[in-house]
Amino acid sequence: MSIRWLAVLPFIGILIGTAFVNEVEPLVLGMPLLLAWLVMWIVLTAVIMAIIYANDPANRAENGNSEANR
Amino acid sequence: MNSALLVILLVTLFALFLGVRARRGRDMNLEQWTVGGRSFGTAFVFLLMAGEIYTTFTFLGGSGFAYGKGAAVFYILAYGALAYIISYWLLPPIWRFAKREHLVSQPHYFARKYNSPALGVLVGIVGVIALIPYLVLQFKGLGIIVETASYGSISSTAAIWIGAVVVAAYVMASGVRGSAWNAVVKDTLILAMVIFLGIYLPIHYYGSLGSMFHAIDQAKPGFLKFSDKGTSVVWFQSTVLLTSLGFFMWPHTFGSLYTAKDERIFRRNAVMLPIYQLILLFVFFVGFAAVLKVPGLKGGDIDLSLFKLSIQTFDPWFIGVIGAAGVLTALVPGSMILMSASTLLANDIYRGGIAHGASDEAINRLARFLVPVVALVAVGFTLKGGSTIVALLLMGYNFVTQLFPAVICSVAKNNKVTKQGAFCGILVGVLAVVGISLTHSTIGKLLPFLPESLHDINVGFVALILNVVVTIVVSAMTQPKQGLAQSSRA
Repeated sequence: MSIRWLAVLPFIGILIGTAFVNEVEPLVLGMPLLLAWLVMWIVLTAVIMAIIYANDPANRAENGNSEANR
Repeated sequence: MNSALLVILLVTLFALFLGVRARRGRDMNLEQWTVGGRSFGTAFVFLLMAGEIYTTFTFLGGSGFAYGKGAAVFYILAYGALAYIISYWLLPPIWRFAKREHLVSQPHYFARKYNSPALGVLVGIVGVIALIPYLVLQFKGLGIIVETASYGSISSTAAIWIGAVVVAAYVMASGVRGSAWNAVVKDTLILAMVIFLGIYLPIHYYGSLGSMFHAIDQAKPGFLKFSDKGTSVVWFQSTVLLTSLGFFMWPHTFGSLYTAKDERIFRRNAVMLPIYQLILLFVFFVGFAAVLKVPGLKGGDIDLSLFKLSIQTFDPWFIGVIGAAGVLTALVPGSMILMSASTLLANDIYRGGIAHGASDEAINRLARFLVPVVALVAVGFTLKGGSTIVALLLMGYNFVTQLFPAVICSVAKNNKVTKQGAFCGILVGVLAVVGISLTHSTIGKLLPFLPESLHDINVGFVALILNVVVTIVVSAMTQPKQGLAQSSRA
């Protein structure tokens, strides 16, 4: 299993998970639960992409134009 | 002239100055003019992409949509994040190919990748058709902003003309560099403005964010979640998926990725842009704050909610600052769109389809000449078009999404899609979009046998599925004899 598969999580969280949190109460950080859920996933998306970026050998090459990525 | 108008005027002149100045010291050949000589670093590419994302649609439309439709607006927040994930793997191979082949436009990519000039012309036509309503929307936003901020002393018709002239002038003078510098100014201003309004207005009127949402939930139960019918969960899921696929397929977005200096920029942006996306939250807060404070806006007027609430709250000079931010959110994407449309017409439709031997200089001259022509056409539609604009924009989005299957297959190691397959798939998809839009079809109407809960699926899926099926079938029929994929050049 490659670390790249983490990128699937936001799709599951946003596209499928949303169906289970379609509620206003309780408010989280002043926002309706539904909105707070989406905000959480957007922050997680950035975190996940940062992890993938840090572990991607293509980004470690001397110059970013290496043909041999992925 | 009131102080609001003065501020807007000064900012507009400054934008024009930056745009025209940006060309200094550089020869403007086609590659310089359209893709900045492929020399932009992370920050500039970031701003160009963000610049296209934060348009008047987000500024006025985002708050207006929150005001008018409630929770449905959350889809705008969600699809960008998914699009950026896709971009991490999708954009670098496209950029590599574009750099090697010296591409300057989106149809160029299709034409070279699939080795088919005809496909390039088709993609060019799809692009122009999709871009015109997008440009119309920016001009319409300009009209609203200037008319409202001038407290009615400048008509929206006059504002649209002025805006069109300013955009056309700096696109003709400096091409993409003008857009990038203005994107810097615009994003700084819009960022500060939106965050301030999104925090200040809820606290000023309700005490806190939480009490605002409580009050709205009390007054309008169900407004803050997806409804059972119409803008339901299924609508949200299908719309988010569809729009995230179309996100990078807009010709001007596709074109701006060519401006990057190296491919790592896209991966870095995929990490940062989702966070940037959260600025939209504050736009939503403004729209929600207006729900109980300026009630009664209907139809197209919901787009006025941000301004109506601001006018009720602030002094005229500050309305001017908001208006100036708004003007820039129309000018920057407007200039990108305008440039893309004229480059498509000159380089891809004229040279690709009619005058194959035309020189770069001739195409460059023609593209610049077409800038005011395209602007004029858009002004015409802006002044004539009424409520059909939103329908046109959705149509535009559905158009560009039809390009996604051919693009995603083209970056695969072993692409089995043939040029005939891609051509027929896109053509059928686009024709389906036209049919659906003209007949105002919904899934419920087209496929009434489906369970009720699926009736709210975004109807754009029908076109996309038809597209994929045709692409597969035609590709299977036109496979080269040796069984070797013809385009494994990536």
